[in-house]
Amino acid sequence: MADHKRIDEVTGTHTSGHEWDGIEELDTPMPRWWLWSLYATIVWGIVYVILYPAWPMIHGATEGVLGWSSRGQLEQEMQADAARRAPVMNAIAATSIADLPAKPELMQAAVQGGAAAFRVHCVQCHGAGGAGVKKLYPSLTDDDWLWGGDLATIEYTITHGIRNPDHKATRTSQMPAFGRDGILEPTQIADVVSFVRTISHQEKRSASSARGAVLFEANCAVCHGSTGNGGREVGAPKLNDAIWLYGGDRASITATVTQPRNGVMPRWNSRLDPGTIKMLAAYVYSLGGGEKAPAPALAAAAAEGPGADGQP
Amino acid sequence: MASPDDLTGEHGSLYAARKGVYPKKVDGPFRRFKWAIMAVTLAIYYGTPWIRWDRGPHAPDQAVLVDLANRRFYMFQIEIWPHEFYYVAGLLIMAGIGLFLVTSAVGRAWCGYACPQTVWTDLFQHVDRLIDGDRNAQIRLANAPWTAEKIVKRTLKYAVYLTVAFWTGGAWIMYFADAPTLTHDFWTGQAAPVAYVTVAVLTATTFVLGGFLREQVCIYMCPWPRIQTAMMDEKSLLVTYKDWRGEPRASVKKAEKNPGAFGDCVDCNQCVAVCPTGIDIREGPQIGCITCALCIDACDSVMAQVGRPRGLIDYCTLDDAATEKAGGVAPPIRKTLFRPRTLLYFGLWGAIGLAMLFTLGQRTRLDLAVQHERSPLYVQLSDGAIRNNYTLKLRNMELRPRMIEVTLSGLPGARLWTDGGARETARQSLRMSLAPDRVTSARLFIVAPGAGPARQEFMIAVRALDDDPRGDSETIQFDRPGTEP
Repeated sequence: MADHKRIDEVTGTHTSGHEWDGIEELDTPMPRWWLWSLYATIVWGIVYVILYPAWPMIHGATEGVLGWSSRGQLEQEMQADAARRAPVMNAIAATSIADLPAKPELMQAAVQGGAAAFRVHCVQCHGAGGAGVKKLYPSLTDDDWLWGGDLATIEYTITHGIRNPDHKATRTSQMPAFGRDGILEPTQIADVVSFVRTISHQEKRSASSARGAVLFEANCAVCHGSTGNGGREVGAPKLNDAIWLYGGDRASITATVTQPRNGVMPRWNSRLDPGTIKMLAAYVYSLGGGEKAPAPALAAAAAEGPGADGQP
Repeated sequence: MASPDDLTGEHGSLYAARKGVYPKKVDGPFRRFKWAIMAVTLAIYYGTPWIRWDRGPHAPDQAVLVDLANRRFYMFQIEIWPHEFYYVAGLLIMAGIGLFLVTSAVGRAWCGYACPQTVWTDLFQHVDRLIDGDRNAQIRLANAPWTAEKIVKRTLKYAVYLTVAFWTGGAWIMYFADAPTLTHDFWTGQAAPVAYVTVAVLTATTFVLGGFLREQVCIYMCPWPRIQTAMMDEKSLLVTYKDWRGEPRASVKKAEKNPGAFGDCVDCNQCVAVCPTGIDIREGPQIGCITCALCIDACDSVMAQVGRPRGLIDYCTLDDAATEKAGGVAPPIRKTLFRPRTLLYFGLWGAIGLAMLFTLGQRTRLDLAVQHERSPLYVQLSDGAIRNNYTLKLRNMELRPRMIEVTLSGLPGARLWTDGGARETARQSLRMSLAPDRVTSARLFIVAPGAGPARQEFMIAVRALDDDPRGDSETIQFDRPGTEP
């Protein structure tokens, strides 16, 4: 090879000795800046390997003398963010839920924080925006509340859940399984369904609904009220309105009376801190169906009368 | 094919080294005009942020302010919001057409007088003259060895450069915050980091571009001269050397010996000596010429000294040059300035300006945007009615609080309330107070009877309840069961 090297007359540079069909390659040296850049990257690489986790081992990787890790950095950033939000979060935690609406800025922060928590913990059942799922999970945006729709009641429901088996303070309503347990005959159930659909203006009065009225008074009125107004103290739904959690057609009501679903909601005080629950309550309240808390003396009367919903 | 020598040049480099430009001091009408333009443009640049303008308690008191943090642009009486950015676009279009107009009429006059690069280069060249002396002294000093005197002069000069550059960078940030406050914060170390970075970057660019690169920016870096050549035609006024009058060149003595054999040019090279971009105008129109006309001043003063008529170098169109060359008389400059092309540009420029002024006078300062919440699309209420939820964005662009009324039309039996009120307050229209100079967001709940079309269009309108009842409206839809996707 060395024998073939010669000086190119035009440029005065050595040739590399390679030749293809008469075309020769100049042995121009690398520009110095290029070489220095290469050396700099090599030094950079060595320093990086020493400082940061880099070398894969059987279990994990070398740790690097800085002790940096992406998880560690994430944790730091999360802590910094928590510290940044701490003043608002503490203020929300220190304010009783009933007093929140009086502090619009706190309420707004609570609604926004609640919206974020809702998207993590609640949308799986109650749907995006609290729209609910037909025949499965109640809508949280409407004006019909089984247990009450004021801030404190919503907070209580989220905290303790519905029919949570291991929790004493949980909300429990017990609709008997009239069909499965043989309390009512199938014909009697059909009569009761006729009556229920009559008071909700879905059917006209008939002989069947007249028979059903008697049965309703004997079996259902204790919880649902004689006119089907429902009873919030026991979580009995209104039966004379347009909202049906499990469907308002004959077949659906029949199925409910025969064997009620008794839906379950987890209690969240075992998973979320009180501040987050408070924010969730504020968010649910803000969805458009929220109610004013009844005045204490009138609470009992309001639960009975039609004024509780406030919707004329 | 080019030989390697052609590519690398005699010193083995691909690039030609910069030849120093040491423009000589000159006086004349164009120089004085340039002084005036320089004084006005620099005064505008450095002084504008300090003009105060009382806008009342809800807005800053600075006449010209680009308030990026609050997304407002204030210019004297006019306040621009981000959604009105088309006014800025309109100004940019006007600036573009304005350049077309100027260029088609008088060539690179923008470059010669008003371009910031020219103004600051001129400023720095005056600094050179002040410290190093005029052209000859500058050349001597540049070629001199590094004596103590040269080191002192250079240090002093660069210190002045740096001061001017820093002042320039510092003036820029004043447009983006309250100038007195920012000045105080800047010197006490309390200003935002972006302020220091901006000042540092602009100081560096002014120092390098104005102090050292100078005419190289105009010739190699700036795209505008390339575009300008397309904007000019044979009727544009250019700085022209009238070679038919000047050639062949000869000294005064030589010409006296041989009357009639030589032209007017005495080959004194003054036109070259005064040129800030270092070109020789006698070589004809060229890209390095920024038509600053200092060579006209220099040539006219020499012609006066030797007793020959002025205008050997003069503003002249290519058409007129041909006419004069053929022995004719060029038409007056007025005819060059007012011709269909310039009038068309002027008409366009004026029409856009008038249209902007008109819309500026007509615009409402109360603006509504409605968004239909789609999750859920509608809510079934217990009494059979249907509720839809909307997000209202209400822009009160006036600098005072306003009371407004939101009304519905085209949705029979509908009632509305916002998250600011209770459901019990639902009625056919509602009133809200809007904070000044703010976007107010509110959720709007609208309840309508359950019976009706699955999808119904209706109108939400807002109007102010004060002396200016103009408002805004938007058509949007109301959904009922049956519209699920």
